[in-house]
Amino acid sequence: MPKIPVQFRHNGRDVAIFVDGGTNLLVALRELIGDMTPKFGCGQGGCGTCSVLIDGELHLSCLTLAETVAGRSIETLDGMKQGPNLHPLQRAFADHFAAQCGYCTPGMLMAAKALLDRNPAPSRAEIVEAISGNICRCTGYEPIINAILAAAGGRASA
Amino acid sequence: MAVIVKTFASASEAAGALSSDRGARYLGGGTLVMRALNEGDVSVSTVVRASDQALTRIDASGPRVLLGAGVTFARILAERDLAFLHAPARSIGGPAVRNMGTVGGNLFAPTPYGDFTVALLALEATVAVQGGFGSRDIPIEEFLQARDRQAGTLVLSVSCTRPASSEAFRYRKIARIKPKGGSVITIAAHLPISGGRIAGARIAFGSMAPTQIRARAAERALEGRSLDVGTIAAAASAAGEGTSPADNALGSAWYRREIVGVHLRRLLSGQE
Repeated sequence: MPKIPVQFRHNGRDVAIFVDGGTNLLVALRELIGDMTPKFGCGQGGCGTCSVLIDGELHLSCLTLAETVAGRSIETLDGMKQGPNLHPLQRAFADHFAAQCGYCTPGMLMAAKALLDRNPAPSRAEIVEAISGNICRCTGYEPIINAILAAAGGRASA
Repeated sequence: MAVIVKTFASASEAAGALSSDRGARYLGGGTLVMRALNEGDVSVSTVVRASDQALTRIDASGPRVLLGAGVTFARILAERDLAFLHAPARSIGGPAVRNMGTVGGNLFAPTPYGDFTVALLALEATVAVQGGFGSRDIPIEEFLQARDRQAGTLVLSVSCTRPASSEAFRYRKIARIKPKGGSVITIAAHLPISGGRIAGARIAFGSMAPTQIRARAAERALEGRSLDVGTIAAAASAAGEGTSPADNALGSAWYRREIVGVHLRRLLSGQE
């Protein structure tokens, strides 16, 4: 079966890959581009650790057919840091112990970024809603919520 | 395993490809078909897509609302004229799933999913489908009853009449995880009031049968009556009639039968 060429922007850089029919974006990013920041969790849309931004909108890369992102702009955690400096969300996650095993962290950060990009001063309830598609089995969510509140300039309780 | 992906400019071409190939599945938002591919579902050999703009159309200006099959839940939530559908749209997935999942796909989502379809069933929506031999409109209840045989048809749009008031349409999803989780039971109620009495009561349940179903016994208990404590109690006690829930990880069939009346009573009496 012939491979399908797909061109898109990956963290601000133009990339071109050849995929098999049915390849999902997560596999394309990890195996063909070498961006290992989006993680494979469930492959079912239940965990959120493969979350990426497509044209600024939060999507699950494992449920996205790779060839459908042709011509679009993909952002992953790999593109989040600003030069040598961590993004304020990454800094806040570190400061608030929002990562324990770290497996959910790439998806959590992308979900948080999707929220803050359109709502720079979210309420606690809006943060809970924004990360509701992302499962964390370690932290109990509170440190993550506090980190996002802190990054948004809100007062975190911990 | 690699599959063949066929992308068409028009919905009718996509429908033709879908109806002529037993192994073809239509890819909407990806939350069902990509999930099947990731799971290694070998029954899918061809993925059909359509870039037809008509599939993502929303017409919410008049009393009759039309949603293209490819309209996402995020778009419904962004549409002020569709406020009556915001509660069901918001009850689905997290933000990423709402950015991807579509109205048309939800019609095929198996239990414990398919919450939006519960709302559409209570609103007596019409499903426009395109088969190999042209398009036709099917009442949603009929569509759901034959859902297993709909694989070869392409859903184009759904349409329904806007409820007369925000009070007339109510929705409740019972989930164990808040704000996101699969449905234990989903309930939608359309209760048009005429001269102080309910005229045309429609109650729909999700997760109470293999597909979304109408609760006809509860509807009969409500029809022609005013929505008072006695009527609500009668509807609640009739809620389980005709249902056939299953056991799953979210709840047992027994538990669903026990609580369906409780939640219907709370929904009808406006309790949280």
